[in-house]
Amino acid sequence: MAYPMQLGLQDATSPIMEELLHFHDHTLMIVFLISSLVLYIISLMLTTKLTHTSTMDAQEVETVWTILPAIILIMIALPSLRILYMMDEINNPSLTVKTMGHQWYWSYEYTDYEDLSFDSYMIPTSELKPGELRLLEVDNRVVLPMEMTIRMLISSEDVLHSWAVPSLGLKTDAIPGRLNQTTLMSTRPGLFYGQCSEICGSNHSFMPIVLELVPLKYFEKWSASML
Amino acid sequence: MLGGECPKPCKGKWPTPPFDPRFPNQNQTRNCYQNFLDYHRCIKTMNRRGKSTQPCEYYFRVYHSLCPISWVQRWKEQIKDGTFAGKI
Repeated sequence: MAYPMQLGLQDATSPIMEELLHFHDHTLMIVFLISSLVLYIISLMLTTKLTHTSTMDAQEVETVWTILPAIILIMIALPSLRILYMMDEINNPSLTVKTMGHQWYWSYEYTDYEDLSFDSYMIPTSELKPGELRLLEVDNRVVLPMEMTIRMLISSEDVLHSWAVPSLGLKTDAIPGRLNQTTLMSTRPGLFYGQCSEICGSNHSFMPIVLELVPLKYFEKWSASML
Repeated sequence: MLGGECPKPCKGKWPTPPFDPRFPNQNQTRNCYQNFLDYHRCIKTMNRRGKSTQPCEYYFRVYHSLCPISWVQRWKEQIKDGTFAGKI
């Protein structure tokens, strides 16, 4: 989950998020290089006594500072498109889980076999146990099997919400009357936190999402116990 | 435990609805609705012809996995009341 003094993205839990992390590093480096170059040139210009009042043309430098940015943009666009297409690859999910946004909680439905559904409310700050995370913990976590491709179908029962889990690189809008699909694949077990990401009323900040990724055997035991 | 009975001609347990190339994009609303319609149309046609409704189980499995429970309940109520908008 997010941690104090965090500067970058959360650690990646899915292959797509790993790609996004590296892409972000790559693009941010380009941004820093360009910004520091520009800052340096500005500082040079402000601290020189030299003047040149008769510039007529500057064909060479104009060519360079047209071609070079074009190359830089291509260097950003190609990895970006690669990841975009990677996200759209057809995969065969092993499990389908539905989540419905409500004001102000999420409900989850696992209906591939039996009908399993439950609500997931935030734990109020006054009821937190020591060590639990404020505004992030829920009463019923979404237990899922790790290392398996899971189809997530997201919708809403009232207003717009958005189901987001940053460490998996997921954010999908929950729109009433529409069923949005996203694919979830975690490379490791653990707890992964997210928060509602579309303004939905007074308690928009108080309807978090907690995924509990466990080995398949534990998932099967849990789902049997929940029925 | 994962997976229930698989409708024919599938072997083994029902995992989850497979990729449907008719609905390749993010918006799966129509996927859910179409399978719901197809199931009821299949049942109606098989019953009319006096045949077994076993082949209709596939559509049931798909819509049951994909459609939110509240949507299915609402549509079933509408079918019962005769106010369902779809053609079955």
